[in-house]
Amino acid sequence: MGTTVTDTAETEPPVSDDRPGESAVGIRGITKRFGDVVAVDDISLDIANGEFFALLGPSGCGKTTTLRMIAGLEFPTEGSLTIFGQEVGTLPPNKRPVNTVFQNYALFPHLDINDNVGFGLKMKKVKKQEIASRVDEALAMVRLTHMGKRRPTQLSGGQQQRIALARALVNRPKVLLLDEPLGALDLKLRQEMQSELKSLQRELGITFVFVTHDQEEALTMSDRIAVMDRGQLLQVDPPEAIYERPANRFVADFIGQTNLLEGTVQDATTVCLLNGARIPLESGLAVGTQVAVILRPERATIEPRDAATAGRSSVDGVIRSITYLGNAIVYRVGLDWMELDVREENRPDSHRLDVGEDVVVSWDDRAVAVVSE
Amino acid sequence: MTIAEAPAPPPEAVDDEPIVEVAAATPEFERAAAKAESRRGFLIALPAYGYLVLFFAIPLVIVAIYSFGTRNRFGDTELSGWNLDAYRKLTEPLLRDILFRSLWLAILTTVICLVVAYPFAYFLATRTPTIRNIMLVFVMIPFWSNFLVRNFAWRVILGTDGPLSTATSAVGLGDTRILFTPTAVVLGLVYGFLPFMILPLYAAIERIDLGLVEASRDLYASGWQTFRRVLLPLSMPGVIAGSILVFIPSLGAYVTPEILGGAKSTLLGSYIVTQFLTARNWPVGASLSFTLTVIMLFATILYFRKGGRTL
Repeated sequence: MGTTVTDTAETEPPVSDDRPGESAVGIRGITKRFGDVVAVDDISLDIANGEFFALLGPSGCGKTTTLRMIAGLEFPTEGSLTIFGQEVGTLPPNKRPVNTVFQNYALFPHLDINDNVGFGLKMKKVKKQEIASRVDEALAMVRLTHMGKRRPTQLSGGQQQRIALARALVNRPKVLLLDEPLGALDLKLRQEMQSELKSLQRELGITFVFVTHDQEEALTMSDRIAVMDRGQLLQVDPPEAIYERPANRFVADFIGQTNLLEGTVQDATTVCLLNGARIPLESGLAVGTQVAVILRPERATIEPRDAATAGRSSVDGVIRSITYLGNAIVYRVGLDWMELDVREENRPDSHRLDVGEDVVVSWDDRAVAVVSE
Repeated sequence: MTIAEAPAPPPEAVDDEPIVEVAAATPEFERAAAKAESRRGFLIALPAYGYLVLFFAIPLVIVAIYSFGTRNRFGDTELSGWNLDAYRKLTEPLLRDILFRSLWLAILTTVICLVVAYPFAYFLATRTPTIRNIMLVFVMIPFWSNFLVRNFAWRVILGTDGPLSTATSAVGLGDTRILFTPTAVVLGLVYGFLPFMILPLYAAIERIDLGLVEASRDLYASGWQTFRRVLLPLSMPGVIAGSILVFIPSLGAYVTPEILGGAKSTLLGSYIVTQFLTARNWPVGASLSFTLTVIMLFATILYFRKGGRTL
């Protein structure tokens, strides 16, 4: 993946004339109710200018509703919403300086590609010649120059996706909203589009707000990620912080694979696991707090019990099952009080273990984190 | 729709053949299968074809033949000397007026139906399925009682001492006297044919992905522009289907103008009936009927052309 987490202050937008440091999207205490259902529950959030921002969560967590409120396709029940300082709470979508790439692309089937891409400009009463040149420019940007005369149905899913992107970007929005834009593409195409989107965003310097349920996609592409669940905002941080220091159990579990080892805080530097093992860990939490130690499968080491390296935090177990992934092997290890997964890179020198073998799972003390909620 | 893309030959037919021969014989199997398929299709459609030929095509031909005949002194029709006298009569001022009046009222009815039905159909198409179904039943309810009876009901409503007149005079607007006027006819026709406009419009709008409306709004289109640029073009098949379904019966309407219209404003339907039953001038009645049929045929062809293109 190799994504560098760029500090948002460094990515100075080349095209935007807005004051630097001003937030592109400001959300203050926004709540959205549909009848009795609370879709978004009192969230506050600032998205910086030029940022690639992901709203991440399982389906029904309120991420799409949040995006739709920014777009103006839903209006908040309570709270304030600003785009570059302008209050837009109940402004209709056509009056907002944002454009959306829809999940199913929503290309107009009765118009050809040129007219689809030029639709927004036409509505803005831009001159015909300028529309034509900007449409060509936008099509070149998504590398679909000669498709102008075709109908959307004559294009493949990936091409339709690019047209949807061109149709939004041609208007030079201040904020581009993307609703699961890559959800319908197959894996290879998706990965290709991920890096393409990312480099487009760097080039244009436009703020991208991106909804996804795919944690890997969010980690790969975003400057910052907001993790949502049941209408609430659980954590807003850069990908590294989300992965390394999740704010709570849900985030830890939702982002990547995780083993959660239950325990209690014994003193300032020790956590006592359920099986009685004490491991050195600075939690900063009150003594006696119920916690879970987060041990990522790739950060644990697995060894046969008779050949175990001493001196590290460890638990004993038996291999229950083995999953071969190609690039890695995942061992499911049964402890007497839980099961955990250990991932070993598939290197030629790695020692293969068998089901039923007695093993020791150990880890570096810096490799684990702790959550209380 | 054609059956040009023939389905693959049935596998059991080639099972026992050696592989080489199967490859060579495939086109023939395909042809045979296509043939069998089209024969089956024809058999399935046969009852409907038979019915249409017997009760529509043959009578239409008879009407066409009569339209070239001559009325003799006794009110009978002589078919021997074919001529165009009956068609020449259509250009006379009296008939021309009737034709234009009928066209005008039919167009008016169609436009009013369209304007009234479109918002309703859109509303219907954007409701939850339960509400949709309930409202669709309401649209159909008028069909449960006889068309004639419903037209007479309007006569009561619009009558001199009817509810409408009573209401307007109570408010101080004076009596309304619209019964036996073209207004009453249009009112009755709109009432009678509105469901024929609503249903195809609803079907067309319901098929439109409402995400497109959102996309349009997102791309700076106002509500009106969204209607004009997205909703209307995409619902065009429904607009055309509904217009044809209202326009055609309005043009030839007989019952409603008879009951609600005045004697001064005869329409085509009534005139044709008069020609056949009272004046006993079958050739003129037939020529008028046949002209009407041709107009409608062109309207229908236009619809399928247009519908085929936008779909």
